[in-house]
Amino acid sequence: MYASFAVIIDSFPYLIQGAFITAGIVVCAMLFGLVLGVCIAIGIIYGPRPLRYLLNLYLWIFRGVPVLVLLFLFYFGLLTYLGLNLSAFASVAIVLGLTTAAYQANIFKGAILSLPRGQFLAASSLGMSDIQAIKSILLPQALRMSIPAWSNEYSIILKDSALAFVIGAPEIMARTQFIASRTYQHLPLYITAGIIYFVLTWLGVRLLLQLEKSVRIPGYSDHGTNP
Amino acid sequence: MTAAKTILEVEGLHKSFGDNTILKGVSLTLKEGEIKVLIGPSGGGKSTLLQCINCLVTPESGTISLHGNTVNLENKKELYQLRQRVGMIFQEFNLFDHLTALENVTIALRKVKNFSKVSAEKRARLELEQVGLGDKTDLYPAQLSGGQKQRVAIARTLAMDPEVLLLDEPTSALDPELVGEVIAVIKALAAKGMTMIMATHQISLISGLAQNVLFMENGVIAEQGSPKELLGAGKQTRTQGFCDRLSDLGEGGS
Ligand SMILES: Nc1ncnc2c1ncn2[C@@H]1O[C@H](COP(=O)(O)OP(=O)(O)OP(=O)(O)O)[C@@H](O)[C@H]1O
Ligand SMILES: [Mg+2]
Repeated sequence: MYASFAVIIDSFPYLIQGAFITAGIVVCAMLFGLVLGVCIAIGIIYGPRPLRYLLNLYLWIFRGVPVLVLLFLFYFGLLTYLGLNLSAFASVAIVLGLTTAAYQANIFKGAILSLPRGQFLAASSLGMSDIQAIKSILLPQALRMSIPAWSNEYSIILKDSALAFVIGAPEIMARTQFIASRTYQHLPLYITAGIIYFVLTWLGVRLLLQLEKSVRIPGYSDHGTNP
Repeated sequence: MTAAKTILEVEGLHKSFGDNTILKGVSLTLKEGEIKVLIGPSGGGKSTLLQCINCLVTPESGTISLHGNTVNLENKKELYQLRQRVGMIFQEFNLFDHLTALENVTIALRKVKNFSKVSAEKRARLELEQVGLGDKTDLYPAQLSGGQKQRVAIARTLAMDPEVLLLDEPTSALDPELVGEVIAVIKALAAKGMTMIMATHQISLISGLAQNVLFMENGVIAEQGSPKELLGAGKQTRTQGFCDRLSDLGEGGS
């Protein structure tokens, strides 16, 4: 019992460093996925037909192939093939970013399509270009509506980020496994890792809830409809 | 008095959605300061016509000319220019939900006319005061009544200095007790000489406002003329018949 505590206490700073790396991976992946996801959603809704097909194909691939396969494909396959050198951290962030972009694109697409068409017409009738209308009228509202789904996606990507250990990114899971293999204190260590993941999820979801509240449009209820 | 200049000329507009032909060659001219009222049965193509005039819906054929210059509808720049000069008021207001009344008015000034923040706000406050909403500038659409929303929409459109205003049943979505405040704003615009085409189901508006009535049915302008010609006592026009039927239903907006 005492040995368990000792291991946890000794390795705690090391694990917390891992938590920062995990958080770094997730934040990078989510932001990358946000930018790419918005572009894909707009391309699918407003783009020409060939582009729409291409983007839909993208969604199918990244939703249909397991993240682990994509990660190996990218890290061991593509990088080697191209003769590129990229850190495990960057590789995981990119692969998770590409994956979450596919899911986020669907979130934004749904949000944009659920906005009343009249607002786009009104923007056009004032002389705004399509791009201006999308940027100033549709996106600010679609992004607000997307926060709850986005927070869901955050918790999924956070947990998927544990896969990074297989290519040696020094995040929570890799560090936990490393210490466990040397100390044989698997039970307390993995409980600790689990707790750290839980806390990260909780923090992120709380933060996003706060964001959702702070950007809520006055006069609208929780569900975005007129009170 | 010299004859007023022609501002807007529309010729031979055709529009169909799939197999459904909505506009079958509609032409009209609008002189400076003139007010035309567009009436006709539901589904007759009134909204489609108005939306074609400022190209929110692209017509298959036909021309639109402003001050004698035919707009090239293929050219995005000319299209945006046309829309800026021809304002549109919608039945459902279509305010931008995430922006305050003030921001609803400033956004196009900023983005389209490149006004500075300060001058856009100054202009917006002026327009909102004109429609009696000087004290509501910081409220969001969800915090406004229908009549107030429509007045913000009017202020938003007028801030762009349109030469022509298209109004698509501006009072139909309003509770009866809120219709008056919007009508008052429209009448004030008419008094200032604004050039307008207004689709409406409110016949009481015609006599006081319109110089010209367009009766639209099955995708064409079936009759047109002054209110006297079409609705004068004893006239046996289709317009008259349509209005009688509407009146029987209790002079309602749809
Ligand atoms: N985007 C669209 N796609 C397909 N059909 C459409 C579209 N917009 C309008 N229509 C059809 O065009 C016809 C004319 O519609 P429009 O809205 O112009 O009539 P309206 O005269 O304004 O009627 P109301 O008095 O009810 O407003 C209707 O039959 C409608 O179903
Ligand atoms: Mg209509």
